[in-house]
Amino acid sequence: MDQIKLTIDGKAVEVPKGTTIYKAAKTLGIDIPILCYMDLKGLNIENKPGGCRICVVEVEGRRNLASSCSTDVSEGMVVKTSTIRVLNARRTVMELILSDHPKDCLTCAKSGKCDLQDMAIKLGIRNIPGQEFAEMSTYRLDTSPSIIREMDKCIMCRRCETMCNDFQTVGALSAVNRGFMSVVAPAFEMNLEHSPCTYCGQCVAVCPTGALTEVDHTRNVIAALSDPTKTVIVQTAPAVRAALGEEFGLEPGTLVTGKMVTALRTLGFDYVFDTDFAADLTIMEEGSELLGRLGKFLAGDKDVKLPILTSCCPAWVNFFEHNFPDMKDIPSTARSPQQMFGSIAKTYFADKIGVKREDLIVVSIMPCLAKKYECQRDEFSVDGNPDVDFSISTRELGFLIKQANIQFNGLPDEDFDKPMGESTGAAVIFGTTGGVIEAATRTAFELHTGKSLSNVDFKELRGLEGIRHATIDFGGFPLKIGIAHGLGNARKLLEDIKAGRSEFHAIEIMACPGGCIGGGGQPLHHGDSTILKARAKAIYAEDTSKTLRKSHENPYIIKLYEEFLGKPLSEKAHHLLHTHYFDKSKNTFSI
Amino acid sequence: MSKYSMHLLVCGGTGCRASASDAIVENLKTELEAKGLSDTVQVIMTGCFGFCEKGPIVKVSPDNTFYVQVKPEDARKIVEEHVIKGRKVRELLYVDPKANEVIEDSKHMGFYKKQIRIALRNCGFINPEILDEYISRDGYLALGKALTEMTPEEVIKEIKASGLRGRGGAGFPTGLKWELSRQSQSDKKYVVCNADEGDPGAFMDRSILEGDPHSVLEAMAICGYCIGADTGLVYIRAEYPLAIQRLKVAISQAREYGLLGKDIFGTGFNFDIELKYGAGAFVCGEETALIHSMEGHRGEPTLKPPFPSVSGYLGKPTNVNNVETFANIPVILLKGSAWFSSIGTEKSKGTKVFALAGKINNVGLIEVPMGTTLREVIFEIGGGIKNGRKFKAVQTGGPSGGCLTEKHLDLPIDYESLVANGSMMGSGGMIVLDEDDCMVSIAKYFLDFTVEESCGKCSPCRIGNKRLYELLDKICKGNGVADDLTRLKNLGLVIKDTSLCGLGQSSPNPVLSTLENFMVEYTEHVHDKKCRAGECKALMTYSILEEHCVGCTACARACPVGAITGERKQLHVINPAICIKCGACLEKCKFDAVIVQ
Amino acid sequence: MSKITSLSDLKKKRDEIKSGLEIREMATDPENHVQVKVAMATCGIAAGAKVIMDFFVEQLDRRNIDGVVTQTGCMGYCYAEPTIEVKLPGHDSVVFGGVDLKKADEIIEKYIKTGELVDGIIPVNYETIDSKE
Repeated sequence: MDQIKLTIDGKAVEVPKGTTIYKAAKTLGIDIPILCYMDLKGLNIENKPGGCRICVVEVEGRRNLASSCSTDVSEGMVVKTSTIRVLNARRTVMELILSDHPKDCLTCAKSGKCDLQDMAIKLGIRNIPGQEFAEMSTYRLDTSPSIIREMDKCIMCRRCETMCNDFQTVGALSAVNRGFMSVVAPAFEMNLEHSPCTYCGQCVAVCPTGALTEVDHTRNVIAALSDPTKTVIVQTAPAVRAALGEEFGLEPGTLVTGKMVTALRTLGFDYVFDTDFAADLTIMEEGSELLGRLGKFLAGDKDVKLPILTSCCPAWVNFFEHNFPDMKDIPSTARSPQQMFGSIAKTYFADKIGVKREDLIVVSIMPCLAKKYECQRDEFSVDGNPDVDFSISTRELGFLIKQANIQFNGLPDEDFDKPMGESTGAAVIFGTTGGVIEAATRTAFELHTGKSLSNVDFKELRGLEGIRHATIDFGGFPLKIGIAHGLGNARKLLEDIKAGRSEFHAIEIMACPGGCIGGGGQPLHHGDSTILKARAKAIYAEDTSKTLRKSHENPYIIKLYEEFLGKPLSEKAHHLLHTHYFDKSKNTFSI
Repeated sequence: MSKYSMHLLVCGGTGCRASASDAIVENLKTELEAKGLSDTVQVIMTGCFGFCEKGPIVKVSPDNTFYVQVKPEDARKIVEEHVIKGRKVRELLYVDPKANEVIEDSKHMGFYKKQIRIALRNCGFINPEILDEYISRDGYLALGKALTEMTPEEVIKEIKASGLRGRGGAGFPTGLKWELSRQSQSDKKYVVCNADEGDPGAFMDRSILEGDPHSVLEAMAICGYCIGADTGLVYIRAEYPLAIQRLKVAISQAREYGLLGKDIFGTGFNFDIELKYGAGAFVCGEETALIHSMEGHRGEPTLKPPFPSVSGYLGKPTNVNNVETFANIPVILLKGSAWFSSIGTEKSKGTKVFALAGKINNVGLIEVPMGTTLREVIFEIGGGIKNGRKFKAVQTGGPSGGCLTEKHLDLPIDYESLVANGSMMGSGGMIVLDEDDCMVSIAKYFLDFTVEESCGKCSPCRIGNKRLYELLDKICKGNGVADDLTRLKNLGLVIKDTSLCGLGQSSPNPVLSTLENFMVEYTEHVHDKKCRAGECKALMTYSILEEHCVGCTACARACPVGAITGERKQLHVINPAICIKCGACLEKCKFDAVIVQ
Repeated sequence: MSKITSLSDLKKKRDEIKSGLEIREMATDPENHVQVKVAMATCGIAAGAKVIMDFFVEQLDRRNIDGVVTQTGCMGYCYAEPTIEVKLPGHDSVVFGGVDLKKADEIIEKYIKTGELVDGIIPVNYETIDSKE
């Protein structure tokens, strides 16, 4: 590759052609302030609209300042990153941005984690001249089941748009209006609920300000916990334990399962359970469904729907309901682990402890914002009482623990409660991309071949590639498996299926980068793939540390079938653990 | 073709059509029919003559009579008097306002004397909907010559030698642009004509497309030949229905003749042209925003490089030129680069079309050699300031241009000189201001436009222009403080320095140039709370002169808010606290007793 | 419409139709062309000026003479209708009276083509506004 020589702040540097000034400066240890720019290296996503103009620098011979994030270096370029002209411009632009931004930092959900706030501190902004005469651009507050849009706080960095359109190909958000009233919004400034939004929450995950935040359910949880008439139980998704520590300053990839359980117990939950229990249950149902379809296929049934698609990711479910409604009979009908948990908790478990359904409150801790929407779906409630009452994100749990003045890092490790706290290693890996299909393979293989697996690690299914595929020898039958994370990648696989180009028998799809570990409700990873890799490593470590690593070996699952459900895909199981999908393509507003 | 002994050319530009030039054509035809003259006198609807101030225009050939402000009912007179009896209809002739003399033909009108028409050569001369008329004016000859006698390199060399520069505003050398587009390797390339004319009051591109659409189509094909493109796209705003219709007619006629399509002139060269409609966003005149708009995306600029010549429409090399630029191309190839470059100044060759507007006698479309002075344009071609008022400034370059003053009047107009003096060429808008115009209000007016038309992508333009506007508004309302002037300047400079595209990089020009040239007006507004032009209402006080007031009560009766009190035959008084400065009293007073300060 | 498939096609086409616009072309520089003005007031028309006018329009074209034929009002020589005024490039105007078809033919052949004067000249005793600069 061609090398380019240039000078930045008097220092000579040589970088490959096509490098931006910002990145070239970085190699010299010069950290040019950036605001709208976002580089999600692990996902090959770069947001560089060159919109905020904070990163401007002086380039010798150029009439105006250059945005360093989006201007490529050129041979012999002489760059100055902090002249008076640059500093004045940067400060003036920052004052402009702040002049159109609400000043309610004290009560803002993003306070302390806000890129704009950080930049104001960095640039030493102390007042905003002429604020009293400055009109603010204001917009309607938009609340959906999962996400709140408070666009008064939008600074038009367009990161959300990049995630929604380029990465997820959902297309719910894009810039509308002109000039001062420009804002990112669904088409025609409709509410998010009337858009094809999947609530994956990746927009929230990258928003630099408080413009996009999750709906906060921590107050509902506190209210439930303080109600003596209620029995409050909690389930925690696998990905939460691999990231929660980051909220308390721990290194990414620190497993905090035990501390988390202790903290939840300290908060006052009556039973601390694990969504992993329901993940094992999911494997039983989904694995059986796979084997059923496969059996018919091998018997020569041409109409059988293959590949089977996983259905644990609620954002993914929303995605195909909006975008591929004609294919809604292809995904597995198995409910997600969160919903299986709720359903069993409010029947089997409630009976066991002798508590009425209405008096049992099920809270879930999820790495996800779409889970908030999922637990509010009509089909997951009985007579208006939802199977899962409240779903809060990893970040919200972090807030709860801090509010309760619990010194998280010093907590001892405790174990989940029985029976719904027991799980296998197969369930833990649900938290990362490829995990669900690996767990299903472990069980389906043994059930199909009748043989015991000597090695349960299907390494060929792991990794962070957007689309992966592997062929597993299923007792002589080559089972073709596809894996996608990110809805843009999912779309490609779906288009292949639609066009009859797909050879897969089973496909796992997760909406978020890296799967649930990169979920919209997780501590902000800023697209840093090293963080995602560390979290994935922690998940696999927990899997390896478990004695039981195959879902069908979970003794409490075996007991659940014996005592209550009968066998996988039984009528009762169908009633409690399966669902059906809806055509939502017409729910969205269109012209 | 039948042989006519007389042609009646009726302007069919949008402006004249709005004044019923269609009906003039109809009536002329009816009258001629009734007199049995349909075979000897031909009525032709042409493109714009440029003299819009006095439209609708009817020109008579061969005697070159130039009728102005013709009404449909004048058709009978023209036929009976001029056509039949050979007597010019004097009341329809143009009267020179200075000499108060009747001028019988266009050759003797000050408006046309100093003009050289290259881009507008066929406007007002041919019927734009008849390809034969274009061909008889050597139409498509340049394309034929290029395709059969020249290599693409030779054509580009000729264009480069001519010194032609982009007429859209930035003045990038056209030949160089073509060369860059030619050098890009790709299986597919595009030629785009930027017909997204967005400056308020500018209508040169529209007039060319309405009056001579084939010249643009021909030039696009020549460009396609040079850069290796087989597809041309005209990005035109949907608000130009007439231009769109003329283009459609022109494209289908050119296709019928085989001048567009496959194997043009039997050379194996294929080229065809499609129209793409814009919704009239000012920023879409910026080429990257234009391309995004054509692709179906939000019309927003992106950073250059990559330039469209490398990666443009659908990611393919794309050569974008403006309408007027294209209109110059065929003539250059036919008459040669030496001829073209003999016109104009050292760095700016050829002519430029300007849309004259504002407080000027001859509002209209003109084409003058580069290097013509502002004085010649305003006072000779433009006929001077309306109502004998005093010239104050001229705004060039559209809403993001700057204001030039008395001291710039002898400035020869070219790209460099305008920029050096704080303004720019832009697409060629020229708005003349007189002593009744308040320069702070003018700056505010232009900012109002850019605030609306900013795409909102980058913060300095999105928020900064709004803040500039608010500051100007504050000053106009009498709330300005000294510090505001410093802030205006700093903000303006930073917006220019940091904005993403040309819109923001030039939008503060009206503020900065008026600050530079009319600082005294700003300080009057801020310190003395006075607006010398009397435009800023908030700074006005209405009062009644004791020595003039006769107590007629007319003013008190006219006042809508009851701010004036006084007994009959007694002095009247205006209460400034109630007065809304509507001016009703001033209008009613017959004794010049009401004064505004 | 037939296709234009070569440059010579285009040139041929142009030459064919060029005359249609000649009136307009010549209007831009009438002083370089033969100008024939036919007096077409009531008296002139009654005396047959229309026929003469048509004759000039047709014959100038047929005989390949770049000329502009316009009509004008009464020249005042009512005794000599039809009257025509002919102006050759670089010459003063000459007025001919009592022009019939034979005379018209003679004017074309002799005066317009060779500059040789023919009978029937009326001395010009007025100035038009046109001729005033």
